[in-house]
Amino acid sequence: MGKTLAEKLVSSHAGKSVSAGESAIARVDYAFTHDASGPLVVKKLKEIGANKLFDPKKVIIFIDHAVPSPRMEVSNDHAILREFAKSIGCIFEEAGTGICHQVVAEKYSAPGRIIVGTDSHTVMGGALGAFATGMGATDVSVAMAFGKTWLRVPETYRFIIDGKMPKGVYSKDIILHLIGILGAEGATYKSMEFEGSTIRNMEMSERLVLPNMSVEAGAKVGLIPSDLKTQAYLKQMGRMHEYIELSADADAQYEKTFEIDATKLTPMVSLPHAVDNVKSIDEIGEVKVDQVFVGSCTNARLEDLRIVASMLKGKKVAPSVRLVVTPASRKIYMDAVKDGTIETLLEAGAVITPSGCGMCFGALGGVPADGERVFSTTNRNFQGRMGNPKAFTYLGSPAMAAATALRGVITHPAEVL
Amino acid sequence: MPGKAWKFGDGISTDHIAPGRYFHLRSNLPELAKHVLEDARADFAPNVKKGDFVVAGRNFGLGSSREHAPTIIKMAGVAAVIAKSFARIFYRNCINIGLPAIIADSDQIDEGDTLDVDLAAGKIRNLTKSIELNFPPLPEVMTKILKEGGLIPYVKKYGELPEI
Repeated sequence: MGKTLAEKLVSSHAGKSVSAGESAIARVDYAFTHDASGPLVVKKLKEIGANKLFDPKKVIIFIDHAVPSPRMEVSNDHAILREFAKSIGCIFEEAGTGICHQVVAEKYSAPGRIIVGTDSHTVMGGALGAFATGMGATDVSVAMAFGKTWLRVPETYRFIIDGKMPKGVYSKDIILHLIGILGAEGATYKSMEFEGSTIRNMEMSERLVLPNMSVEAGAKVGLIPSDLKTQAYLKQMGRMHEYIELSADADAQYEKTFEIDATKLTPMVSLPHAVDNVKSIDEIGEVKVDQVFVGSCTNARLEDLRIVASMLKGKKVAPSVRLVVTPASRKIYMDAVKDGTIETLLEAGAVITPSGCGMCFGALGGVPADGERVFSTTNRNFQGRMGNPKAFTYLGSPAMAAATALRGVITHPAEVL
Repeated sequence: MPGKAWKFGDGISTDHIAPGRYFHLRSNLPELAKHVLEDARADFAPNVKKGDFVVAGRNFGLGSSREHAPTIIKMAGVAAVIAKSFARIFYRNCINIGLPAIIADSDQIDEGDTLDVDLAAGKIRNLTKSIELNFPPLPEVMTKILKEGGLIPYVKKYGELPEI
C-alpha cells in the first residue's frame, strides 16, 4: 500500500515501515529550543544526567522570544543558554538572528528530515517537506540527549487546492479558511498535506504560512511535497545540495480529502479570542483598530514586507493607528533595508523592531491598552496573547494589515492594492 | 484522595494557563504558578488546594508547547486535569511530567463537586452526585512513562526511551 508524506518520513527514520496509527521510535535530524523553554530544557538535560548531546551539530539554541532582553530575569535566562551552548558545543543562534522557525526554514529544514523543537510553530518546517513538530521541554531534551523520539504516525488530511487566488487573497486566507472549516481541534494529531495547482505555483515565502498555522487546527504536522519551488528556495539559501524529491505515493491512504477552489476564496479574518473564529472580510462590518502588527514566524518575510511597503508607498498610516513591523529574521531585515522596503515603511510611519517573537505573545513590545483592538499578521489571538487580557486581536494577511493601517478600520486589501 | 472540582470551559489555551506577560517568571516556577490559569479564572490560583481537580470542556491546553503550563498546574497541587478532549502537545507534556490528563465527559461534574480518581481502574467517582465515570486507558507507551512519574525518571531508570 502506498504511503503518505508523514508515513514516508517517519518510516525512513524508524528503520521500518510504519503506517498511520502505529507508533515508532524515530531518529531526529535536528532538535532545537529557544529562550522561552531553553532553561527548562537545560534543567531536564541535567536531571537526565546527560553531559553530552547526541550530536552537537544537530542541536540548536535560539535566543528569539524576548530580544533584546527586556528585564534582568530574562537576561539571566539568556545567560544560562549562552553558557550551556558554549560548554556543550551546540549551535547557538544569538539574539537578532531571527525567529527560530524562520531561521530553521533558511538554514536547517529540508525535505526528508525530522525536526523537533520546543515550540508549537515548529510545524512551519514542513513547508520544505520535513516532518517538523513541536514538543515540550521534556521530549526535546530527551531528543537532544538520545537523538530520537517516539512518534505516533498521524493519519493524513489531504487538501487539494486549485486555481488562481483572487486579488487580495493570499495563503494566510487559505489557512484561515481551513481553520474555520476544521475548528481548533478539527485536525488534532493529524498530518495536513497541502497540494494542488495553487500550492505548486506558490513561492516558499507564502507556502510556509500553511504548515505554520496547521497547529491552530490541532495538527501534528503540516506538509508540502518538495518540488521546483522547494529547490529554488534551497538554492537561494545556498543549500541546493540538500534537496531531495519527496511526495506521497499515488495510492496513499487519506483519512479525509478536502478540495478547495482557490478562485472562490475571499480575504479572511480571525476574530477575538479564538483562531477558529474565522469570518470573511465581508461579514465583519466596521472594525476600528488602534494598532497594526506585521510580524511573527507566520507573516513577516521579505515578500510580506514588500507587499505592505508597496501599499503604503507615498502614504501615511491613519493618525489613529500605530503600525509596528518586525522582520522575521536578520536576513530578511537586511534584504528589506537594501531594497528600500524599510525606508518606505518608516516614511509611512511604521516602527521597526528587531527580529523576534516578543510582541506576538505578549513578552515584549507593542502591548495594547485596555479595550484596544490590534490587527495582526500573527497566528494566535487568545485572550491575553499580546500581553493584555483586556485587549482584542484580529488576524489576517499582510496586505490586509497594510490596508487596515491606512484606513484605521479592517479593510479589504483590494481597496488599496 | 478526594478533591474539589474547578470548572473551566472549552478552548482553554496555554496563554490562559501561563500568560506571556509573565514570561520573565519562566525560570521561577513557584512565582509563575501563582498566576496559573489567571486569564481563565482569577479566583483559581489563590484558592486551589492540593488534590483538587481542573475540570474542563473541549481542547484543553491548545496553543503553545510551553511545558510550564502543565508544570504549574501540577505545582498548584492539582491531582489531575479532566477534560472532554486535550490539545496534542499539552496532553503529551502532561504525561511527560507526570500530571494525569483524563479524557471524560466533564458535563457530569459541576463546580465544587468532590471527586475521587482511580487511575489504574479508569474511574472517576463523583462523590457529590454519587455517580461513576469511566475513562479509557492511556496508550501503552504513555502508561509506561506515567508509571515511572514521567519521561525523565523513565530514561534515567532505563537509560533509553520506552520500547514500542
